[in-house]
Amino acid sequence: MLNIVNKSPLDRGSLDSCLQSAEPGAILLIEDGVYAATRGSAGEARLKAAAGKFKLFALGPDMEARGIADRAMDGVTLIDYAGFVDLVAEYNTCQSWL
Amino acid sequence: MTIKKFMMVNRKAPYGTVYALESLEVVLIAAAFEQDVSLAFLDDGVYQLKKGHQTKGVEMKAFEKTYGALEDYDVTKLYVDQESLAGRGLTADDLCVPVEIMSRADLGKRMEEQDVLLSF
Amino acid sequence: MKFAILINEGPYTHQASDSAYQFAKAVLAKGHEIFRIFFYHDGVNNATRLTTPPQDDRNIVNRWSKLAEEHKLDMVVCVAAAQRRGIVDEGEAKRNGKDATNLAPGFRISGLGQLIEAGIQADRMVTFGD
Repeated sequence: MLNIVNKSPLDRGSLDSCLQSAEPGAILLIEDGVYAATRGSAGEARLKAAAGKFKLFALGPDMEARGIADRAMDGVTLIDYAGFVDLVAEYNTCQSWL
Repeated sequence: MTIKKFMMVNRKAPYGTVYALESLEVVLIAAAFEQDVSLAFLDDGVYQLKKGHQTKGVEMKAFEKTYGALEDYDVTKLYVDQESLAGRGLTADDLCVPVEIMSRADLGKRMEEQDVLLSF
Repeated sequence: MKFAILINEGPYTHQASDSAYQFAKAVLAKGHEIFRIFFYHDGVNNATRLTTPPQDDRNIVNRWSKLAEEHKLDMVVCVAAAQRRGIVDEGEAKRNGKDATNLAPGFRISGLGQLIEAGIQADRMVTFGD
């Protein structure tokens, strides 16, 4: 399954819930969710710990909009909206952790 | 008609936002379409099932009764995350309907089995 | 592949409808089909033609109408959510005794069954919300 997370991990528990519940698959960070994928942030450690279980992606345009594209942590692949579409197509289902 | 597995994922508390109420409306319609419907409650979503809603003081529509009526629509798969309950000082006795309580990992397995996941 | 999109938040406050719009454009650019876009909760506010953003801002409502026209999209606004929030077409105005309508071009008001049908018919359903 593709898990879509759109909340900052410091504001809401969406990312943690996803990491604790979801079966192995992929996580795509969009909107404020992209803050989790920044170097030196609290989200980075959580994502690194989960990297064996999930393929990690973040939406580049959302990182750029927030001025953090150059802070992207290792292990997270930045994609554009076309890549977002490809990911949704690739996995049988997707869930937005709103 | 094609029957798909629909799961409504409820992670938000009732009344503070409208999501719980409007999610229930989707559940009833999905049941009317004779789909294989299940509901997952985790995080603050478990508060939706806390029994004893008294909404007179806030003048909002109470919808606790609707959870009890789900059985009439053949919606009986209500899954609740054990950890979310425990973290909020709740047990099965506090809930307004019978549910299946399971671990986060087991809930994740149920999610993986679905065709359509709707989160509100 | 057939996609369905569910939008649960209104324009301007949340990024949800912007994300959904960019996603929808990318779906179409990739040659996929959009079976339906369904607007629920405050998402119904994407459908008011009375929206008047400043000139230097995007017009989210017009953008949806244009995309729908160009690609013959089926954009459905949930009737119950719309009634609660004052999104009205001619039929609804007549039925509920309202003196105005505000549904933007390209949108139609219908029931939640349209969301479930989209879930059944589409290969993928993607939700954008808060």
